[in-house]
Amino acid sequence: MSLLEMEGVSGGYGPVQVLHGIDLAVDLGHVAVVLGANGAGKTTTLRAISGMISVTGDIRLDGRSIVGKPPEAVSKLGIAHVPQGRGTFTELTVDENMRIGAINRHDREIDADLDRWYEVFPRLGERRRQQAGSMSGGEQQMLALARAMMSRPRLLLLDEPSLGLAPLVTRELFARLGDLNREEGLSVLVVEQNASLALDIGHWGYVLEAGHIAVQNSAHELHDDEAVRKAYLGF
Amino acid sequence: MQLFVEQVLNGVGNGVVYGLVALALVIIFRTTGVLNFAQGEMALFSTYISWKLTTTGMPVVAAIAISMAISFIAGAAIERTLIRPVESARSPLNVVIVTLGLFLGLNSLVQLIFGTDPQTMPSIFPAGSIELFSTNGDAAVIQKQTIGLILVLLAECLVLWFLLQRTRLGLKLRAVAADPDSARLHGIRAGSMLMFGWALSAALGALAGSLVAAERTGFDASLMQTILVYALAAAALGGFDSLWGAVICGLLVGVADALTIQYIDALDGIEVVLPLALILVVLVVMPNGLFGKRTVERV
Repeated sequence: MSLLEMEGVSGGYGPVQVLHGIDLAVDLGHVAVVLGANGAGKTTTLRAISGMISVTGDIRLDGRSIVGKPPEAVSKLGIAHVPQGRGTFTELTVDENMRIGAINRHDREIDADLDRWYEVFPRLGERRRQQAGSMSGGEQQMLALARAMMSRPRLLLLDEPSLGLAPLVTRELFARLGDLNREEGLSVLVVEQNASLALDIGHWGYVLEAGHIAVQNSAHELHDDEAVRKAYLGF
Repeated sequence: MQLFVEQVLNGVGNGVVYGLVALALVIIFRTTGVLNFAQGEMALFSTYISWKLTTTGMPVVAAIAISMAISFIAGAAIERTLIRPVESARSPLNVVIVTLGLFLGLNSLVQLIFGTDPQTMPSIFPAGSIELFSTNGDAAVIQKQTIGLILVLLAECLVLWFLLQRTRLGLKLRAVAADPDSARLHGIRAGSMLMFGWALSAALGALAGSLVAAERTGFDASLMQTILVYALAAAALGGFDSLWGAVICGLLVGVADALTIQYIDALDGIEVVLPLALILVVLVVMPNGLFGKRTVERV
């Protein structure tokens, strides 16, 4: 059974319907990639999952419906959503940002996790007492990833992590994401414009067009499918 | 010299009050990003509750504690029923207008319920004064009340600092203030936090109002109006988001005011010009105040 399943999900913002019956699944331990042009509904798909917009249809985590739950409840079920713009708490320190990631955990391993992620992302460790908003875009994206990991998520939703980042930084980010998936078994649903990089670490890919899934296939085959590449992905 | 010291101490006595109200303003501002113009009148209402309870023979400390508890709940209710429905990211002015409406409404309600006659509020502090020093037979004294108020102010500031900087609840409050959407995605119930901010601030206002009223020989519905102006000046001077800034600047404004009254005859009777001028100068010259955090943001 898949970790996350979307079935006939439609919805949008007020009278504007953006999603027209999305069917999508993320398997446990897999990276699913959602590709598509601007305005195809990629961000809205993630917002539907985390409860930021109201939708019709069904969204299930572990077979249990999560439709209609507010974002704070969805988060507590183990879905960490890193939104576009990274959701940095700019006035707070890096350390406080990380602790917010673990705000609903009540175990004794929070400090150990902190140390661990500072080891994985040394730049964050060096700047733990700094105001998070003073860091570069790339560092803030790393912070967003580390902060999400502090919640020990079952599923990570990533919205356009490469937005505004230099190519080299983007490459490093996806390398880290790939590591997390392989080493931690982290399940990921990532929305991305940079199709090639995302498909490299992905297992399954979806191409979204005008609010519905136009094409889906294994990441490997999507990457090599010239017709799809020309029609939708532009590389 | 003796006159100068006495005026400074007078100023400190008033300044403590401004600091207490400024702290309540800062708490709402830090947790919700709103400047609550009704803060003074909410405190006024609470003060009347404290006073009413003392008239039943209840000990003053108990009366203030109960009034703070009632205000805590009322503050939460105000946020839920009046503030939240009009809140919108597109026009933050909505909330400001509602707080202005609350300001007028609560003041009238107080006069309607409790009447317009001046009342006296008993003090929790002992009366009398302590001699600091004397020169040529002239003694500079400090009121025991003033010392008590300073202790309350320091204690309150410490408790708030601890709450905001050292507890999980404080981190949640600050997360919601910084970015409510992102906070919700981290599993924090933003609505509850905003409600708590209003509740806490209303309770602090109740404490401030009850202590101020006891300092005066008598109080009526106008008790908090000039105090709010001075407290706003203190909060602006302190940068709106700094607890210690609010306290220190409250004292500063109080002392500056006392010295103005003593030494600048031209402002006789219109001393309230001073805090207004301070607000203006601070907003023009240093929008972040003396103690406000300068927000650095990169994208």
